[in-house]
Amino acid sequence: MENLDPFLLARIQFAANITFHILFPTISISLAWVLLFFKLRFVKSQQQHWMDAYQFWVKIFALTFALGVVSGITMSFQFGTNWPGYMETVGNIAGPLLAYEVLTAFFLEATMLGIMLFARERVGERTHTIATFLVAGGTTLSAFWILALNSWMQTPSGFEMIDGQAHVTNWFDVIFNPSFPYRFSHMMLASGLTVAFLISGISSYRWLRNDRSPEVMASLKTGVYLATLLIPLQILAGDLHGLNTMQHQPAKLAAMEGIWKTEKGVPAVLFAIPDEDAKENRLEISIPKLASLYLTHTLDGEVKGLDQFEGKHPPVAPVFWAFRIMVAVGMLMLFSSWIGTWQLAPWKKGSERYLRPWQAKLLVAMTFSGWVAVVAGWYTTEIGRQPWLVTGILTSADAASKVPTSNIALTLTMYLILYSALLIAYVKVVFHLARSKKYTSNPADWDADAQALQFNDETDIEIALNVVNYPEKEGKING
Amino acid sequence: MVNVIPDLSTAAGWMPIFFLGVMGLAMLAYVILDGYDLGVGVLMSRADEMQKDTMIATIGPFWDANETWLVLGVGILLTVFPVAHGFILGTLYLPVAAMLLGLVLRGVAFDFRVKAHADHKGLWNRAFFLGSLTASWAQGYMLGGVVSGFTPGGWGVAFNGVVGCTLVTAYCLLGSGWLIIKTEGTLQLKAIQWARYSLIFTSLGFVGITTLTPFVSNSIFAKWFSFPNLVLLMPIPAATIVLSWIIWRSLARLPVRLSNGNEYGAWVPFGSTVGIFFLAFYGLAYSLFPWLVIEKITIWDAATSPAAMEVILVGSVIVLPLIVCYTVFSYRVFWGKSTALTY
Repeated sequence: MENLDPFLLARIQFAANITFHILFPTISISLAWVLLFFKLRFVKSQQQHWMDAYQFWVKIFALTFALGVVSGITMSFQFGTNWPGYMETVGNIAGPLLAYEVLTAFFLEATMLGIMLFARERVGERTHTIATFLVAGGTTLSAFWILALNSWMQTPSGFEMIDGQAHVTNWFDVIFNPSFPYRFSHMMLASGLTVAFLISGISSYRWLRNDRSPEVMASLKTGVYLATLLIPLQILAGDLHGLNTMQHQPAKLAAMEGIWKTEKGVPAVLFAIPDEDAKENRLEISIPKLASLYLTHTLDGEVKGLDQFEGKHPPVAPVFWAFRIMVAVGMLMLFSSWIGTWQLAPWKKGSERYLRPWQAKLLVAMTFSGWVAVVAGWYTTEIGRQPWLVTGILTSADAASKVPTSNIALTLTMYLILYSALLIAYVKVVFHLARSKKYTSNPADWDADAQALQFNDETDIEIALNVVNYPEKEGKING
Repeated sequence: MVNVIPDLSTAAGWMPIFFLGVMGLAMLAYVILDGYDLGVGVLMSRADEMQKDTMIATIGPFWDANETWLVLGVGILLTVFPVAHGFILGTLYLPVAAMLLGLVLRGVAFDFRVKAHADHKGLWNRAFFLGSLTASWAQGYMLGGVVSGFTPGGWGVAFNGVVGCTLVTAYCLLGSGWLIIKTEGTLQLKAIQWARYSLIFTSLGFVGITTLTPFVSNSIFAKWFSFPNLVLLMPIPAATIVLSWIIWRSLARLPVRLSNGNEYGAWVPFGSTVGIFFLAFYGLAYSLFPWLVIEKITIWDAATSPAAMEVILVGSVIVLPLIVCYTVFSYRVFWGKSTALTY
């Protein structure tokens, strides 16, 4: 135990926590807006399948939201337990931003969620729609504050250092720091894409199981169209974010691109194994001058290499690879969503407007692709910020606590076991819900619904029973 | 004590007091609100399958927002008193981790138990119970640490452990009080029985805590048992005894009344328990002020810069009343006996 580095363990623990956490808000932010969309479509058209879609996805939303809340609580404690130097140095900036997130977003979304989930029959349609809107607004507002803080850590501005502590000189500059608009757009689009692929993947899965009700088709189209719309925007936003990184965090960009030496006419490295000791790429496959073209928009533009940041640049291989995984998933997203839209295009009629089974299977395989891209993207930007915790102000090592190694090792093990179990349970339950056929909104309808169901075998009865959260018997107790 | 208080007319002087108040009230709100749903979680192990669903239905719309009060309380500690946040949570590293694991487990079990495959429902029910129990006990353990000024050694651990057990029973008392209000029939009668046991064990816990206090913190002991404090503070234990007696009497009378369909007084056990929590809070606040860590860190030592506090102050003054308003709205929407949770 003694030869384990407590600093490294603390970093792994924080990374594990925040990786687990980000999966769920990424879904709940955009899924809330999609639910609002379903709800508004239902209110406007009075077509039941929009409400059915709402009721299917709100279950997954509730589950996702709960996982996001509980893993978020863990985060709020970790700052203090593992990184006390962080608040001691930049508390004057991080403090208010975090406080505003709690005050303006957390309570709003948590309270309105109760009404959104459980009170449709108690408050009436309009209030319920407003509650849904406030949940969506709350999740987005929460993302706004936390991304403002993260972006400030990447590209700090609007402050001065007095006696080793950051003091704000201009709050507008702190919040709208140079990388914030790019990071916020990039993350919001990532959230939209994650949800678009979740919805199209799960809907394709149901479609493949011969559940081709209007509800499934409406969800499928919503997901596929949304993905098709967002992916080009995301590629554009990602490109702009990259240019912003080149300007403000050139060391990170050099690591992402695997550029060791400052040069003109830099090639775009497609594949390589970065070798930190030899300061070069092994087995490099690259396209000449392409990186200069997309980074400087001239073929012979100069790009700073890692040689400019000796000892102060991030570890190259993880950043390099995480970036490539993100881009590759993005390309797959472009491919699969555009094929889907081509097949399901509104101008096609009748039997032509169907997915081929392989296309549906591709979408099923892409169900959680958003997670892969989001995590890879965050690893790129967060590992890319190292060795700094706050660029140029505070290194991660200086912020670490003096909690004994054994304690960190113990908690890290517990978190890893718990999180792996929960992640598996989450994915299994999402697919389990997708296999369950009927969703009732009212326990009083239970008998009618149960009779209306076509039971194939006993398993289906069991599943159907489970989907009704609270069977009728209980309704009697409560009158 | 006088020498640690700076000039209160300056921002650096009065703002920490304001935030201590907000943090204290957030923690009190947390302990009462999440207290009843944690209590319901612990009591769930004593209920049958159908009753479990009903019990969950009584807390379903609220638990999420209830837990947010903890984030606010810890958030203020983190953002306004960063030095104390680092010290307290660093010292309480393992109990904090235990509490977090408990909260994670119960938070997700809440959703998983009705969404996962029916075969796994029992497993998630157990996770919900275990998570609630662990989180409650760990919170009591930490409370013990704060009260005793983090006394190391065996007495400290024993003291914290006893406070942990007492908090679990006190949460059960709140939880059963909540169930008496929100449910009917067999479960309601069962809740009355649970409340009796919880009250007995909570009282025993208080006796245990009082007995152990001199062993862990002389300063608190001296503060409480010196003249004239003894007289000034006497109302706290006296009122607690009166409230406990009111709860006990109400629990004896309720079954008869309820069997006649009379709900009069169903609020008494919960309301009086909340009263006891207020008294305990007042006693705790009196014992601690102005220390965040007894004899080590005052609120002024720990406070962040006045400029940062001012920004948070503006936000709090505008937003907190709104939060209270829509929380009240939410409780009004779900007023009365719980109905089955479906969506």
